Amino acid sequence: MADGALGKEYDDGEIICRQGERGECMYVVQSGHARVLREGASGETPIGELAAGDIFGEMAIFDKQPRSATIRAQGAARVLTLDRRAFLRRVHEDPSLAFEILKKMSQRIRTLDDEVLRLRHLSQ
Amino acid sequence: MSIEMEDGSRVAVIGGGPAGSLSAYFLLVFASRMELSLNIDIYEPRDFAKSGPGGCNMCGGIVSESLVQALAIEGINLPPEIVQRGIDSYVLHTDGDTIKIDTPLKEMRIAAIHRGGGPRDVQDVKWGGLDGYLLGLAKDLGANVISARVGELCWDDGRPQVRLKDQSKTYDLLVGATGVNSSGWELFESLGFRGKRPVTTKAYITELGLGQETISRYFGNSMHVFFVDVPRLDCAAMIPKGDYLTLCLLGKDIDRELIDRFFALDAVKRCFPATWDLEQGTCHCSPKINMKEAEKPALDRVVLVGDCGVTRLYKDGIGAAYRTAKAAARTAIFSGVSAADFEKHYSPTYRSIASDNRYGSFIFGVTHWIKALRPLLNGCVRMAGKEQHLPGASKRMSTVLWDMFTGSAPYRDIFFRTLDPRFIGGFTWNSARATVSRQNGKGH
Repeated sequence: MADGALGKEYDDGEIICRQGERGECMYVVQSGHARVLREGASGETPIGELAAGDIFGEMAIFDKQPRSATIRAQGAARVLTLDRRAFLRRVHEDPSLAFEILKKMSQRIRTLDDEVLRLRHLSQ
Repeated sequence: MSIEMEDGSRVAVIGGGPAGSLSAYFLLVFASRMELSLNIDIYEPRDFAKSGPGGCNMCGGIVSESLVQALAIEGINLPPEIVQRGIDSYVLHTDGDTIKIDTPLKEMRIAAIHRGGGPRDVQDVKWGGLDGYLLGLAKDLGANVISARVGELCWDDGRPQVRLKDQSKTYDLLVGATGVNSSGWELFESLGFRGKRPVTTKAYITELGLGQETISRYFGNSMHVFFVDVPRLDCAAMIPKGDYLTLCLLGKDIDRELIDRFFALDAVKRCFPATWDLEQGTCHCSPKINMKEAEKPALDRVVLVGDCGVTRLYKDGIGAAYRTAKAAARTAIFSGVSAADFEKHYSPTYRSIASDNRYGSFIFGVTHWIKALRPLLNGCVRMAGKEQHLPGASKRMSTVLWDMFTGSAPYRDIFFRTLDPRFIGGFTWNSARATVSRQNGKGH
């Protein structure tokens, strides 16, 4: 078969984007999985997983802060890159384009709320 | 005065191509956000799973870089079952030169697809078509597809009515998405559209069944673009797919003489295996393409989307279908369906595509001059060739050509990039150098 998959193929463990870098794009997982890792003094701590359809790297586009986490492919993964400037231009023309991202960010905040609650219970 | 959609409103979409399917899709997505329930019927007589003309919407079959990205953000990721080949570069052919230009990220972000089930002589259907896939998305959200040709449109107490041979149905909103290759416009005129129809011309598309191995070997994952001086030909491209290579000729009334002249060019012949009998494609068509928008895109409770209203000149027609479909759906759900609502909220998108085409027309006019004036053509090729070793932002000619050929950026953006003094300086310098080199017998 011809290669009909879109995006770029990453090998197992390969870095897709690195914590601390300036974010000029965001990403959509086309196939496979990726791990979200927070880098610290003790090395990389896994804080989440991504699967096909998941968008990541959008925070750096909205808040212009450096990447908050490193993303590594977990097994072979295919990821599509979305240009920052093209995305922002589109959103200004069609703000509803950001709705799906807002929905995913809301889901993440809910998950984080649950996690904060869990950690508070653990510390009491 | 605004006319609002209500819970249970009925919508007819005439035409199940990308513009029609995406209209239904976004109407249902936005209605769900507003907790409205809509009843949508899509009237589409064709079966997009069929090979040949019965399932085809006559198109080059490229989903542009910008549309692939926009759809991905919408949650529509085109699967490998639809995408026959990801395109990551283009090859520019002139009479004497060939240069390959990679995308800045070297990533496959352009999708080569067939709109229907494939060419008429397809032996083994390995991929689905884009139109069937998008129609499936609308169906999954609850749209009802009626496999029938609409016989007549009329008014029923201020609401549009669709008449088939043996039945009729009245709707709260009618979306016209018939393209320009059917009798859709006669139907819309019977509803009262009185402005100018879209201005069309004829293109030429043929599918060459070279087989997957030959296509991969000779054409790779690159779109092949021909910058050749043939009168009336604005753009010629070869798009490698799975087992077929699609050739598209776009310009003013492409006829037999122009097609023969194109196939006789050395720049074209040298792309193919020496044994290949050029033009042996059994599936070819001369579809009409929209060159200038319809004057009036909406009435009370009626809106035209996609090619039957406005599309992007030559490139990214599917992207224009997406933009108009979404803008019409957004207007209908969040603002209303009166002519005034569409004028206020839909027309800006419609007019921006139309006004961008004016820049496109100018750019294609200038490229005719460049193709005809050898020093400028050589300068263009030299500049793009030299840029391949430079970082992304410095590839001024390559990105202008890439965006022009792939439809990845608005024509207006491309136009203003060519006014940058660094672009003009580089182009002038390279044209002079290419001319001197050739006079000294040192071709690029």
